[in-house]
Amino acid sequence: MIRFDNVAKRYPAGREGLARVSLQVKPGELVFVTGHSGAGKSTLLKLIGLLERTTRGQVWVNKRNLNRLKARDVPYHRREVGMIFQDHRLLADRTVFDNVALPLVVAGMGYQEIQRRVHAALDKVGLLDKERSQPVTLSGGEQQRVGIARTLVSKPPVLLADEPTGNLDPKLSREIMELFLQFNQVGVTMLIATHDIDLIQGFGKRIVQLHKGRILYDSGAVT
Amino acid sequence: MKHNTTPTSFRRNRNPLTWLARHVQNALASLGRLARQPLPTLMTTAVIGIAIALPSGLYLLVDDVRELTGNWDGGSSISLFLTDGIDDRKAAVVRDTLARRSDVGDTRLITRAQALEEFRQRSDFGEALDLLDRNPLPAVILIRPAPFASSAADTERLAKELEQYREIALVRVDLQWIRRLEAITHTLERSILVLAGLLSTAVLLIIGNTVRLEIQNRHHEIEVIRLVGGTDAFIRRPFLYEGLWYGLLGALIALLLVTLGLGLMQGPVQHLAGLYASEFRLKLITPGTLLSILLGGPLLGLAGAWLAVGRHLARIQPE
Repeated sequence: MIRFDNVAKRYPAGREGLARVSLQVKPGELVFVTGHSGAGKSTLLKLIGLLERTTRGQVWVNKRNLNRLKARDVPYHRREVGMIFQDHRLLADRTVFDNVALPLVVAGMGYQEIQRRVHAALDKVGLLDKERSQPVTLSGGEQQRVGIARTLVSKPPVLLADEPTGNLDPKLSREIMELFLQFNQVGVTMLIATHDIDLIQGFGKRIVQLHKGRILYDSGAVT
Repeated sequence: MKHNTTPTSFRRNRNPLTWLARHVQNALASLGRLARQPLPTLMTTAVIGIAIALPSGLYLLVDDVRELTGNWDGGSSISLFLTDGIDDRKAAVVRDTLARRSDVGDTRLITRAQALEEFRQRSDFGEALDLLDRNPLPAVILIRPAPFASSAADTERLAKELEQYREIALVRVDLQWIRRLEAITHTLERSILVLAGLLSTAVLLIIGNTVRLEIQNRHHEIEVIRLVGGTDAFIRRPFLYEGLWYGLLGALIALLLVTLGLGLMQGPVQHLAGLYASEFRLKLITPGTLLSILLGGPLLGLAGAWLAVGRHLARIQPE
């Protein structure tokens, strides 16, 4: 589903994001990407979501070579790759419903279908009663769940999460992770970047550890 | 996993109904956003309105003046003094011949007797005339060029041709003041054109700048929309509609201002015309001007928004 071939990413300031990373993720797999801050976790995810382009090497997602993807195709690629961030990236001036509906509105879906899907997504994250609320009135954990619902609503085959539990206490973090595990069970390919090794070790999923832009350890490497 | 060398194409939504629905939705949403900030919207549209109203109003005024030039009573009339030997019957034949020309409008024959009578009434030489044993005045034909051929150049050409007639001794046409008036209206028209160009540019920049500020205000929203797969067209659309609305609202204000301004001038102008024994009235607005304001305003708005969008949207990318 996702393949990195000798990928390097160097930022304009000279900082190295990734150096010669090769990685393969099978469809439906869940991979935890760990490492210290600056190890390249975010860079790895950004290259998949095309928030950044590679300096060297190639990234393949869903049988497409992202290096060859034209700028006008990037939005359509992003519809297949859901992204979740530590800071939620919700729109403060819109209700929870409107925030979650955004990917469907963008894709030009009809209102009835949008309503049905948004309710289903909010139900999955347990926030159905908050659809009329403004995001700022919600707790950090709830806001993150709105962000997750927004990603789920368009049913993307690939889901990326960058430190989704960064600001949450251990109990909430565990709840969020368990939510992700549920979605993974329905076949969504997932990459979750987190520095919280204690949290993820018990789940028995593949762990890729990055260090200074290289893969230090991969529990499920394809040889 | 198999890797194709060419990426499989993405599914795009090309349903025309969805497309239309989105446009209507966007147009209304943009209008709603403007309505939620009535004061800033009113100020921006008022500036645009004044900028459009100024050249439009001046244009209408000059148009009136030009029409006035064409209709001026006796303004571009030509006096034809017939040769001495032409009697009234022959003069009438000449008049009829001239009247058949397509470039000749009204014709009026003043027979020798009529000329004498008129002269007697209008001057103090009445008694002196009685001393003469015969009427010294020639018959005169007054003609006015047809409306389509009433410009100075046309009138002059007509006068040249009339000089060729054997029956006509002298052609008198006073073109000097027509030429001057034409030159003045021409100069005015040109300066209005320059003014319109400058003010259109101003409108373009005002709308461009307003839309640029709006883009900056909604920086975060644009990033998020890009993140969830919004296309450039999707992101662009609300801003383009905003420009369109600004232009249209500005045009409506301009129409109001023009009508109001010319309406205020109507009284004094009619009084002035009355002093010249003329029934002249300003026309408040012509269909052509109405159409060009109503089309030009929104077009300028759209163009201004497009300028801002083209320059600033591409720079906003999610991180």
